[in-house]
This record gives sequence, C-alpha cells and structure tokens, in this order.
Amino acid sequence: MTVQDLTAQKEFVPVHVGKTADREITKTFCCDLLSIAMGKAPEGCAWITVMANMNTLAVASLADAACIVLAEDVHLDETALQKAAEQDISVFETKLPIFEAALLVYRKINGE
Amino acid sequence: MISLYYDLHMHSCLSPCGSEDMTPYNIAGMAALKGLDVIAVTDHNTCRNCPAVLAAAEEYGVLAVPGMELTTSEEVHAVCLFAALEQALSFDSYVYERILNIKNREDIFGRQEMYGLDDKPAGIEEKLLISATSISFEGLWELVRSYGGVMFPAHIDKNANSLIANLGFIADDSLFTAAELHDIKKLHGIREKNPYLDSCRILVNSDAHYLEDIREPEFTIPVRERTAAGVVEALLTRP
Repeated sequence: MTVQDLTAQKEFVPVHVGKTADREITKTFCCDLLSIAMGKAPEGCAWITVMANMNTLAVASLADAACIVLAEDVHLDETALQKAAEQDISVFETKLPIFEAALLVYRKINGE
Repeated sequence: MISLYYDLHMHSCLSPCGSEDMTPYNIAGMAALKGLDVIAVTDHNTCRNCPAVLAAAEEYGVLAVPGMELTTSEEVHAVCLFAALEQALSFDSYVYERILNIKNREDIFGRQEMYGLDDKPAGIEEKLLISATSISFEGLWELVRSYGGVMFPAHIDKNANSLIANLGFIADDSLFTAAELHDIKKLHGIREKNPYLDSCRILVNSDAHYLEDIREPEFTIPVRERTAAGVVEALLTRP
C-alpha cells in the first residue's frame, strides 16, 4: 500500500501529501516519545502518534518514515504545517484513537 | 521591591531550531531596544551560550539570568535558571552527559552555533541538543535546587512537550513555585483543573526563536535586588 492509497481512507484527512506519495508503506509504527521514535521508527513506516509538534516532522524525516498519522484529532500548528510542506513530509490527521488508526493501516498493508 | 520587565525563556542560535540571527549580542540588543529589564536565554539542554549572553547583556545594560530549557526523559520541557554562571555551567556538564547520543543533522534540525565573548562564532555543537535527556521530571526540582537554581515547567498550556500534555496533570505534591504559560488567556481554564497552580507564580515568556518574537515589556516580576540571584529568589517565592 502506498501513501497515496491512504488518502482514499475516509477516516484519514491528508494535511500534506508529499511528492513521493507513491512510496510504499512498509510497516506500522506507534510511539509518542520522540526520543524513542528517533532511534526505532522503521524506514518507510506509517508513524501513528499524538505528538503534533514541529519536532515530530524532524524525527520522521530523520527516520525516513513514509508518512505521519496524527491520531486523536490532534493538529499541527501553522508553522509546523508550513514545515511539512517545505520538507515535503506526508501528514494525515484522524479522529481515531492510536490503536484503531494503526490497525486500519496494518490491515491495508496486509491487504485485508 | 523593584519591578522588572522580563522574558525568561528564549533560544539562541545554539538551539537547532533557533534562528541564526539569535546571536547573544543580537538578543541583548533587541531586549534593550524593547525595554526589557531582564532576560534569560534558555537553549535546549545547554547553557553554553550563556557566557556570551551575560557579557552582551551587561554591555547593553540588560540583566541576563543564565539558564537552559531542559528536556526531561518524559519529554517535558522545563526552564532552569541559575543565580550564577558557574552554577549554570556545572549543571550544563551534568546534563550534557545525559543527552541522548545522537549526532545533529543540520539539514533536518538546524545549526547549533556557539558564540564567544567577542561576538564571534566559536564553534558548532555536534551532538543533537534538542532530544531528550535521561533526567526525569520527578526529582528535577531537587536536582536544580542542588545547583543553586530554580526550575519551572515551560508552556504548560501547549499540547506537546509540556508537563500537563505529557504527564497528564499537575500532582498536588509538586514542589515547583512558578509555572510558564504561553497564552495567559488559558490560565483560568488550566488553573481550574490544576489547583496546584494557585500556589505558583505564573510567568508569560516568549519562547522566542526569532528576534522579533522576543516579548514586549508587558509582564513584570518583583525582585529585591536587580541581579540573577535576585530573580532566582523571586521565582522561589510563592505569590
């Protein structure tokens, strides 16, 4: 499943979809502490978190995540939104809790 | 008592996210221009631009309190201020050993530039300063006090990296005597849910990363003497 495919999910609102939206999502990763995500987020993952912060973008970029999914209806502020566009990082928002959001991505990856 | 216009939380160019224009002399100059009486430059997990900040502030006739914005292991941001530069620098050494060992990538996080007393670049910090330390929020008050400083939780009204966002609520047996809000309008709502704040001095600082975001002289703090020690003493006094 690609990042682009995720835009078709009505539960996920695309905030910014990058130029590399045809990128394959390889794994689902859940973590809210950036210090852990920094070392552990797998390359190409969809990272589900409630940490809507400028630093989330930097960590996603460092870990080379395919996209960020902000769960629980949290939102990036204006400056962070701009940064996501500048750095071309794909970000989605969802009202779903972390587990449900991750499960949905997991099922899509596994073709369920 | 002397009333001082303050801004006790801002970042210099040593913080990766701080603008490159936020050099110690530019900050002190801007603070003087705005009419602030006291500032604190509080870079992420470091006090290494404080010597230059204090020197620059003295030249501009502004009081500067040495400090840092510490990231705890829970990723709570806490501003730590010290009565003397030596205390801040020895706390800095303690913290430096406890920052996650990740090399900064300037293309992602930004440049971490140190400045000398002569207003010239004095080197680049290679270790990523913005990541978490292994120091817990639990016990942080006592730790900072043991260095002669004072700690207050930063921007408790923000939804990330704040005491309330990351740890849920303010415990009744907390020890800190002041707390920082980014937006004073949120005070009423937050205080209702966290009555501990009734016993705290509420500070409004800029958390500026750009020169233009440094606060205008609006909020004041009453001090007995116009020194860094005087400011720390005032912050230790419950209102």
